[in-house]
Amino acid sequence: MSDDNILVNIENLQFDYGGKPVLRGINMRIPKGRVVAIMGGSGCGKTTLLRLIGGQLRPTAGKVDVAGETVSDMNHAGLYAFRRRMGMLFQFGALFTDLSVFDNVAFPLREHTDLPPALIRDLVLMKLQAVGLRGARDLMPNSLSGGMARRVALARAVALDPALIMYDEPFTGLDPISLGVIGQLIRHLNDALGATSIMVTHDVQESLQMVDYIYFISEGRVVAEGTPDEIRHSRDPFVHQFVEARVDGPVPYHFPAPDWSHDLAAG
Amino acid sequence: MTRLLDFFRFLGAQVVERIWRLGYFTRFAVAVLFKSGAALVRFQLTLREIWFAGVLSLIIILVSGLFVGLVLGLQGYEILQRFGSAEALGTMVALSLLRELGPVVAGLLFASRAGSAITAEIGLMKATEQLKAMDMMAVDPVARVVAPRFWGGVISMPLLAALFSSMGIFGGWLIGVVFIGVDDGAFWSSMQASVDFRHDIWNGIFKSIVFGVAVSLIAVFEGYDSEPTAEGVSRAITRTVVTSALTILALDFVLTSFMFRGIS
Repeated sequence: MSDDNILVNIENLQFDYGGKPVLRGINMRIPKGRVVAIMGGSGCGKTTLLRLIGGQLRPTAGKVDVAGETVSDMNHAGLYAFRRRMGMLFQFGALFTDLSVFDNVAFPLREHTDLPPALIRDLVLMKLQAVGLRGARDLMPNSLSGGMARRVALARAVALDPALIMYDEPFTGLDPISLGVIGQLIRHLNDALGATSIMVTHDVQESLQMVDYIYFISEGRVVAEGTPDEIRHSRDPFVHQFVEARVDGPVPYHFPAPDWSHDLAAG
Repeated sequence: MTRLLDFFRFLGAQVVERIWRLGYFTRFAVAVLFKSGAALVRFQLTLREIWFAGVLSLIIILVSGLFVGLVLGLQGYEILQRFGSAEALGTMVALSLLRELGPVVAGLLFASRAGSAITAEIGLMKATEQLKAMDMMAVDPVARVVAPRFWGGVISMPLLAALFSSMGIFGGWLIGVVFIGVDDGAFWSSMQASVDFRHDIWNGIFKSIVFGVAVSLIAVFEGYDSEPTAEGVSRAITRTVVTSALTILALDFVLTSFMFRGIS
C-alpha cells in the first residue's frame, strides 16, 4: 500500500510506565477510510496506544505519524490543531454532566468555530439524528442509559467531522441491542464521513462483523494481525484462545506465583 | 540503627514530596493566571461560577453573619457596660467585623461551602474522564474549567465578606439597640466616628480578596490534582477545607501584623 494512503503510521513504538515496559515495539500502518480494531486482554497496553496516538502520552522510543506528522514532535498549539481533526469516544462516554445532550454535542462547535447559533443548532440536530437521539436533545446526561450516553458521545466525537476517530472500549457494559447499535454506528459514521477509525476493544464477535482489519496485542507487542476472515481461520494459538474465549492458553489463567504445593506447605 | 536510618529516609522523602508539591502548586497557579483569558473574555463562564460559588453561598453567609453579630452585640454590651461605655457598642461590633471576623469567618465558610464544591466538581470531572475528553477536543481544561471557577471564587469572596460584615452589624444593632436599649444615635455615630475607610474597611476588603485568591486556588488545585477515584476525590475535598482554613488563619495573622505594624 502506498504511503499516501496511510493515515496512521506507527513505527517501533515503545512506552515505559514507572520503569515497567508497557509497549515493546509496536508497528502498525492504518490506511485512510478503514475501521481498525486493536484487541488484547485487559492491561495489555491498548488504551496506552490510543493515548500515544492522541498525543496525551509521549513514547519512550519509536514514533507515531498521523497524516505525515509525528505526534510527539508537535508543540502544544500544534497538538491542539491536530486534535481538532480528531474525535475520540471514551469508554463511558465522558459526557459533560452539567450540559444537556444538545450542549454536549454543540460544545466542540462552539469552542472551535464562529458559526452562528442557528447553524450550530442545525449541525447538532443532524449529528443527533444520525445517532437516533434528536428527540433526546434536552435531556441531561444523568437521565440517559449507558447506550444512549455512548451514542451522544459518538455524536459529539464526530461534531467537527474528524479525519480520525478513536474509540476506547466502545462496547463495554452495553446490552446486546445497544452494542449492535454502537457497532453499526461506528461503521456507518466512518463510511459517511470518509474518516478512519481506530477502535480499542476486547469484544471479538462484534468487531469481527464490522471492522476491516484487526491487530492483536499481548504483553506490549503485536502478536497477530489480519482481516476478520484471516482472524476467524487463524491457527495462531493466541488468536485461537482469544476468539474462542478459552480460559487457558498463551495468555495464562494464573498470575505468576510460587509453586502451589510449596505455598500450601508454607501455611 | 537501621530504624533510625529508615526514619530519616522517611522524613527526607516527606520533605522532598512537600517541596515538590509546593513547586507543582506554584506552576499550576501561574498556568491558571496565564490561561485566564477565556474566563475573562467570555465572562458568562465566570458568571456561572459566581452564581455557584457566590450566590448559592449567600444563605449560609447571611445567617452566620447575623448570628455572629447577635453574639458580638451581647458579649460586647456585657463587657462595655462594665466600664460605662455601652454606647461604644457600635464601634466594637463594626471594627471586630470589618477588620477580622468578616473576612476570616466568611473565608472559612466560603472554603467549606464553595471551596469543597469546586474541588468535588473538578475532581469528579477528572474521575469521569471529562477533563481528558475536553483536552482531546483541543479545549484546555485549565482555561475552560479551572480558570472560570478560580475567578468566580475570587470575585465572590470579597462580596460575601462584605455582606457577612453588614449582616453582623445589623445583628449587633438588633441586639444592642432594639432588644437591650442602647441609644440608637450613639450606636451609629460612635461607629461612624471611629471606623476609618482605609484602615478598617479597605484592609478588610483586601484581606477578603487575599483569602478569596487563596481558597479558590487551593480548591481548584486540589480538584485538578485529585486521584481520579471516589476515595481520591473525598480526600481532596478534605484537604481543601483543612488547608484553606489553616491558610486563612495564617494569612490573617501575617496581614494583620503588616496592617497594624505602626501600633505599639
